[in-house]
Amino acid sequence: MLTLQGVTKRYGDPQTGTLAVQDLTFDIGTNEVVTIVGPSGCGKTTVLKLMAGLLTPTAGTISINGAAVTRPPEEIALVFQDYLNSLYPWMTVAQNVEFPLKRKVRERAVRAERVATALESVGLVGFEGKYPWQLSGGMQQRVAIARGLAYQPQMLLMDEPFGALDAQTRADLEDLVLRVRDAFDITIVFVTHDIDESVYLADRVLVMGPRPTFIEADLPVDLPAPRDQIESKELPEFARVRSDVYRRIRRSSEAMRTASTQTVGS
Amino acid sequence: MRLKNSVYVAAEVVTPVLVLLVILWFTNAGSSFFLPPLQDVFVAFADNWLFALVPTQLVPSLFRLFSGYLIAVVLGVGIGILIGKSPRIRRQASPVIEFVRAIPPPALLPFTLIAFGTGDEAKIILIALVCVWPILLNTVDGITGVDTTLRETGQSYRIARWDTLVHVDLRAASPQIFAGMRAALPLALIIMVISEMVGATNGVGFFIVQAQRTFAIPQMWSGIILLGILGYVLNLLFTLVERRALAWHRGSRADAV
Repeated sequence: MLTLQGVTKRYGDPQTGTLAVQDLTFDIGTNEVVTIVGPSGCGKTTVLKLMAGLLTPTAGTISINGAAVTRPPEEIALVFQDYLNSLYPWMTVAQNVEFPLKRKVRERAVRAERVATALESVGLVGFEGKYPWQLSGGMQQRVAIARGLAYQPQMLLMDEPFGALDAQTRADLEDLVLRVRDAFDITIVFVTHDIDESVYLADRVLVMGPRPTFIEADLPVDLPAPRDQIESKELPEFARVRSDVYRRIRRSSEAMRTASTQTVGS
Repeated sequence: MRLKNSVYVAAEVVTPVLVLLVILWFTNAGSSFFLPPLQDVFVAFADNWLFALVPTQLVPSLFRLFSGYLIAVVLGVGIGILIGKSPRIRRQASPVIEFVRAIPPPALLPFTLIAFGTGDEAKIILIALVCVWPILLNTVDGITGVDTTLRETGQSYRIARWDTLVHVDLRAASPQIFAGMRAALPLALIIMVISEMVGATNGVGFFIVQAQRTFAIPQMWSGIILLGILGYVLNLLFTLVERRALAWHRGSRADAV
């Protein structure tokens, strides 16, 4: 449903600016969970922002369901890593989830219904009237996910959403992501630097190479559904893909260290 | 802990009482014409401001104060948003703003006097002209400081421009805007008094100068005390409004620390 064709991104001057992404071509299929993993600083966030329509490519095209992406498309909802600055601190949990629907959904009752469903699916019933800063980090990220779900996108783009959370919360939220994928029937693109996470969640892992970002490998993950934090990770297939991803990333990291190029924040 | 608190509270009451007693003793013991006995000042205060002169002197002052301040808030926030939203305008405007706001406000008084006369307009314009700068600069600061992630969140959810402005930018900038408004409040009071002392036919500032000219020293002091009370009450009211409007901000900050 989402296609990138020869996408290149230079920051600053179109000819001489820093090359962040070069000639990126890949497809995201409907209802797939695709994880994008790569060494830190490899430009994963740039790729995600291009897909979200927040950045314009210097060359190449991005299209969703055949239509070119020139601004943030309605089909995509974005969940940021920095939940603290992504939620509006002056709005309650329910208001945060409802805010993007204000113009999109005219009828108040429908809106309230959507908010309630979304909050229920992330396990936040009873927290509607709280403010984000009254919640723990994991719960704040649940609010952000609920906001994405209430928007009813075809695709949820997640940018290292659990990077700042502790291991247990993280595992809970990974399973939550897989549950809502089934419940809401959506496509998920999940950027992470955590290799286990990238394999556990994915139908397909895209391994990114060092800057300028390119697709180092496109690996299918053949693990049975539903996934389980313990059992799925014991399977030989998990170990095989995990090692494969790991080796490639280690190679990339070493390549990045030796190549002393100037760095741009990812 | 509780004992300590009650000691503090007691001190808060006792200290002003002590200060008052000292002044009472001092003004009665000395025989300075310019520092009349405190009780005389209180009598004058009761005669004038409870509430005989309130409609003719205090109300015009308050009208000028609030009109000027309100205009400053509207202009400061409005132009501040415009400048804050556009880096191009910001670059062009900032030297001009820095220069204009460096002019000491009372220096503009002769200008407003000849340009707008001695009526209310002149005073309101001067108050607005002076109060607008801290509000404007803080608004610019607040708008430019809106977090990138917050902004991108709005973009990715295709939040309408107006909603972004009202529900995101203004709210995110409101701590700074309130800081600017707080800084402008005493300025408004100062300019109100000064403008009424120079060219006016009524107002608290006019009253003080008039009393001084007729050597009604207790009257003069009663006006000065009234201004003190006015400043105190205004600040109190402002704090109450600010607390309500920025409850989320204090909450989120307390949580982050």
